Amino acid sequence: MAAGSAASCGGTGCGSHCSSSSSTAAEDATAESLGRLSVSRECGKCGGGVGAVAVAGGVGLCGECFRAHLFGKFKLAVTSNAMVRPTDSVLLAFSGGPASRVALQFIHEMRSKAIESWDASNSQALPVFGVAVAFVDESVLCSKPKQEIDMAIEDIKSIGFSVGIKAMHITPLEDVFSMASKDGEGRLREAVDMIDDDTGREDFLQCLRMLALQKIALENGYTKIMLGSCASAIACHVLSATVKGQGYSLPADVQYVDTRWEIPVVIPLRDCLARELSLLCELDSLKTQQHLDRPSNGINSLVASFVERLREENPSREHTIVRTAQKLKPFSFNKFSADGYHDFLPSRLRPKFQNVDNDESTFSGILCLICGSPFNESELRNLESTKHKAQKKTDLYTAHCCQSCCFQILPSGGNLYEHFFSLLPEFWTGRVDTVSVSHSLPRDQIEEYLLEDNDDS
Amino acid sequence: MDSAAIDGARQPPARMGSRLCTRCGERKAALKRPKTLEQICRECFYVVFEDEIHRTIVDNNLFNSGDRVAIGASGGKDSTVLAYVLSELNRRHKYGLDLFLLSVDEGITGYRDDSLETVKRNEIQYGLPLKIVSYKDLYGWTMDDIVKAIGLKNNCTFCGVFRRQALDRGAALLKVDKIVTGHNADDIAETVLLNILRGDIARLSRCTFITTGEDGPIPRCKPFKYTYEKEIVMYAYFKKLDYFSTECIYSPNAYRGFAREFIKDLERMR
Repeated sequence: MAAGSAASCGGTGCGSHCSSSSSTAAEDATAESLGRLSVSRECGKCGGGVGAVAVAGGVGLCGECFRAHLFGKFKLAVTSNAMVRPTDSVLLAFSGGPASRVALQFIHEMRSKAIESWDASNSQALPVFGVAVAFVDESVLCSKPKQEIDMAIEDIKSIGFSVGIKAMHITPLEDVFSMASKDGEGRLREAVDMIDDDTGREDFLQCLRMLALQKIALENGYTKIMLGSCASAIACHVLSATVKGQGYSLPADVQYVDTRWEIPVVIPLRDCLARELSLLCELDSLKTQQHLDRPSNGINSLVASFVERLREENPSREHTIVRTAQKLKPFSFNKFSADGYHDFLPSRLRPKFQNVDNDESTFSGILCLICGSPFNESELRNLESTKHKAQKKTDLYTAHCCQSCCFQILPSGGNLYEHFFSLLPEFWTGRVDTVSVSHSLPRDQIEEYLLEDNDDS
Repeated sequence: MDSAAIDGARQPPARMGSRLCTRCGERKAALKRPKTLEQICRECFYVVFEDEIHRTIVDNNLFNSGDRVAIGASGGKDSTVLAYVLSELNRRHKYGLDLFLLSVDEGITGYRDDSLETVKRNEIQYGLPLKIVSYKDLYGWTMDDIVKAIGLKNNCTFCGVFRRQALDRGAALLKVDKIVTGHNADDIAETVLLNILRGDIARLSRCTFITTGEDGPIPRCKPFKYTYEKEIVMYAYFKKLDYFSTECIYSPNAYRGFAREFIKDLERMR
């Protein structure tokens, strides 16, 4: 976390000991761009004489008010989007970083307050939602010594237990591959190594992470997955998706709610900036553990550097980028709309979810096999035409991948597709209906003897 | 046009120490095409470059026979190549267009006065009538005056808006049916990014249209929408076209520079 230390006075030549008003203003500007104040001033919210330590929304806030400001955003996102019902069992995805650490802290506080209310309530009619934590252990892909990895995992566990979480799921990423085969690690490594593109590899791992979380949630009966994705991460995703040609599916990834997965995913920190969350961790001494983070090499890291430069030029730029993406039409799966879902909501909020929304994108129901992106028109046309002429299951699997995944994830060399798909978890490929190619089984049996590409039969 | 240059299916004979064009297999490869990384000869590059622009024009119905078309000409590489290629395609494919060069003098000393000399030479080289409209005549002030008043931030925003109106006025004086500009794929990619960064939803929704202003008096279109800037430079270089290659003296502070650098970094990566 880059705390705001005294900055230079901007080249006037008086050096770092300068105490002129112009140097104070320059220091303020630098520190403020980092979200933290280095010069004491009164809190702009409570004015209680306590020095402001952070800037949020252009106002200097003391520690308490800053904390309340962020918690307020979190709680508003949860309540106004009906993210968590009293009957829900929430699985928080914890990466060890500041954003998910704050999400953990805040959901725990919401739960604690809900328990207090429940204890005090006469009727106790509604239960209190449950919270568990999941950490996807990707250490199989990092080259750190085992001892360091074990210590980092112990840290992760201790963070969860320190907040009073009883259910911690530390799941190795390779477990996603292990359903039918014991050699999950081998299949994971082989699949990852088949991907030539650095960015494709990173995005593939991101998809695997979601798959791992879905698996944990399904196997343990959780009803919601909560991610710590913050505004800064979403701003990076907006630009990454734009430059990768994933504009059609972008709206699906930037909403508070995403129900296209078996276990719906919610992102209550969508309106908080990364630097705000890091600062809160620093102010409240919230422990984080990022030792297992791997360096990023592809487009995603280039975008992150670009966004950082933009942030230096204008601290509000990330919010602007997210607001731009919010103007895109969300998909129908970007809200909870099941009958009876909103019964627990206050009546003033229910109309928001009950009206048919004409501003949603029509959704064909087809999602990319790998990344879960909704298919656009040309991808749908390609899928339809492939269904009629598919000779092999691989043809169907490929047609069920979006253009972006075909470009950056599927290995170069169509003859490698079959092997790649054979490595993927059954959880994934099992979703593709391959009944239409059952007639081609005889062709599979005689393929090696056929001399012509086109078979008239 | 050499038919061998079009048929890229011929297998090159083996030769030691030379790299043959992957399209014609006859001539030595002179360049690696930025768009596709094909290693091709100059002649084949001219063919694919011009043909792709022709396909863009035809597939998007940019022109009708008999149209009077003003080419927004700054003297820079994009508009010079546009004037050259459009003249050539107009003749080769019989578009039936009346072409004009239309230049805007923003009054930027040390930049625009020099680039306009290039446009005046283009008028003679391409045989296209030239019309110059100036901010001084239209509005009573120059960009130099504007920058003196507002400084070096946001001056590009002002200039862009005023230049669009100046082009419209010049086009009206020429009584043209369409305006074409040399905006290329890199420009449009930068504009998409800029509009996302600024939250300009209105512009974001229309900035990738190949034709705009169809509801107005004079629509404008971008035949270079899918053309890479590097290929335009390459075309101008090999054809030895006369263009003015200096950046506007006020542009180093432009916000677009952020997006441009980012896109260049992306292209290095992929």
